[in-house]
Amino acid sequence: MESFLAHSDLQRLIDALAGRGYMVMGPTLQQEAIVYDRVTRIEDLPRGWTDDQQPGKYRLRRRDDEEFFGFVVGPHSWKRFLFPPLTTLLTSRQTEEGWEFETPPDDPPPLALLGVRACELAAIAVQDRVFMGGEYVDPTYAERRRKLFLVAVNCTQAASTCFCVSMNTGPRCRQGFDLALTELDDGFLVEIGSDAGKELLAALPSRAATAAELEEAEAHRQRARVQSRSIPSDEVHDLLLANLQHPRWSEVAERCLSCANCTLVCPTCFCSSVQEVSDLTGENFERRRQWDSCFNLDFSYFSGGHVRQQTRARYRQWLTHKLATWIDQFGTSGCVGCGRCITWCPVGIDLTEEVAAMREGAP
Amino acid sequence: MISPRTAGAMPAAGPWLPQSAVLESVTPETPGVATYCLRLTSGDCLAKYSFDPGQFNMLYVPGYGEAAISLSGPTRRAAQGGADTELLVHTIREVGSVTGAIARMTVGQKLALRGPFGKPWPLAELTGVDVVLVAGGIGLAPLRPVIYEILSQRDRFGRCVLLVGARSPENLLYAPEYSAWRSAGVEIHTTVDRPAAFWKGNVGVVPLLIDRLRLRDAGRTAFLMCGPEVMMRFSAAGALARGIGRERIWLSLERHMQCAVGLCGHCQLGTELLCRDGPVFRFDRVEPLLQIHDL
Repeated sequence: MESFLAHSDLQRLIDALAGRGYMVMGPTLQQEAIVYDRVTRIEDLPRGWTDDQQPGKYRLRRRDDEEFFGFVVGPHSWKRFLFPPLTTLLTSRQTEEGWEFETPPDDPPPLALLGVRACELAAIAVQDRVFMGGEYVDPTYAERRRKLFLVAVNCTQAASTCFCVSMNTGPRCRQGFDLALTELDDGFLVEIGSDAGKELLAALPSRAATAAELEEAEAHRQRARVQSRSIPSDEVHDLLLANLQHPRWSEVAERCLSCANCTLVCPTCFCSSVQEVSDLTGENFERRRQWDSCFNLDFSYFSGGHVRQQTRARYRQWLTHKLATWIDQFGTSGCVGCGRCITWCPVGIDLTEEVAAMREGAP
Repeated sequence: MISPRTAGAMPAAGPWLPQSAVLESVTPETPGVATYCLRLTSGDCLAKYSFDPGQFNMLYVPGYGEAAISLSGPTRRAAQGGADTELLVHTIREVGSVTGAIARMTVGQKLALRGPFGKPWPLAELTGVDVVLVAGGIGLAPLRPVIYEILSQRDRFGRCVLLVGARSPENLLYAPEYSAWRSAGVEIHTTVDRPAAFWKGNVGVVPLLIDRLRLRDAGRTAFLMCGPEVMMRFSAAGALARGIGRERIWLSLERHMQCAVGLCGHCQLGTELLCRDGPVFRFDRVEPLLQIHDL
């Protein structure tokens, strides 16, 4: 059962979330990109804008209509709201009796994410497994995740860099949301995904969707299935692990700057490092966790030296982890097909192209 | 086996919170290496703490950071009560800022730890089996609890052989204990890379000791190895050549372990997260990974 919510009632959705204590985060226009930030009014949304994406290229452009969500994904993922780029894990204080340790109080506001795409729902599901699916649960992530309200939006177009169809993660939002919207010319079809979503929708002036609206929504969603890139998701695990010495790794390393952009824009990359920070008295210390990247040379440093000295080894680590060994470690691929790593690579390295080359040259 | 989650000094407060400890004693071992005995200051944590040989702690010196250090002392089971069961024993080589800070500490000073973490040596699988321990340098430290464990239940195991390699005779770890171990029924062979004038023993790499080893029944012999990765690679090859099955060889691997709970990504080796899936691995599981340089 889908309902219809008029464009003019989108503000009520935001207000209803705010009224239930959520801080609403959604797409906004900043620095010539669409980034996720606080949204209080529908005017904050990038209405009437779209994005052109290619390897190493991202440009915003006006649409010839007034759609609220007529773009794909930008440089930000929602990752930063659940797994913050910088977290204080521990404070230490020297006392007469010795060290006193404390986990800093962590009471983040409940967030409602507005405009989560299917690939991004999949990315959240991937990080759920990493941070909450094992023997040890990450308290920072779990606390934010527990309070989350998710308003998904079905894509009605794909960027040239999208390949969610081949990763089986989109473009249709199928699970993991409270509400899912599909944008029509004058409003949204709304699908309920949870009791919390049902309760929220009941507070909005919606009505049952007509057959014509359902048909229109499906036609819009179908447009997003047109994708030029793909990864053979069922065979890529074995393909990469059988080709760890393939000459292609050296070739891509000649282009790769080891800049870590791909890992920072990736919605699933979770590697981090902890730094020890002192105040001037030398009696108070903090352990701060910061996003890190397997592309940084020091990331693999230990008493035996740097494990992955060459860019070749670091690119290989990233790609094989993302597409293959992630499955061994967490029971799911680390890639959701959002294409951010292709768009935001300064030299336009395209992982789908790398996999294809490996496949063609496979022994 | 006791799971590290329930057995350790890990409170429900989360994986990052360490427990305060006091340095009770320091025993110099070899150049740059000493054994540090720590006592958890909270009696409650101490009562709950237990580990299995091969597991490690994250030792924390505020202002410097954490380092993953294997437990090198007896388990409570092996020691069968007594004051030393109260102490968490770590043998540490001074290599970086954290281990350097620990090396500069004096008895009575405070530090902290989280743990124990990681998969232990598979002692439960070794009942009735001849056990060959292969150690290189500081790699003997995580194997010493195995020796104590075997000695405390000598009848449970078959022969126990210890093969130790070091750079030079003065680097042979725990050498003062060898005669006691020999008397208790451990066969010990040593080798050094660089002999001193007085040295009348073996010279050369550890795998040479494996080549010369007298085996009673290769089908009922297990190898446990810890040392530099290259040493373990060649030692495993040596064991295979002597007819030991891949499923009878275990090794303890090392990478930079930072969170110790599988959440930070640092200690990956291909398909494995060493802190979570290791550090002890059966050889057949990691053999292909060890063949790739800089994986």
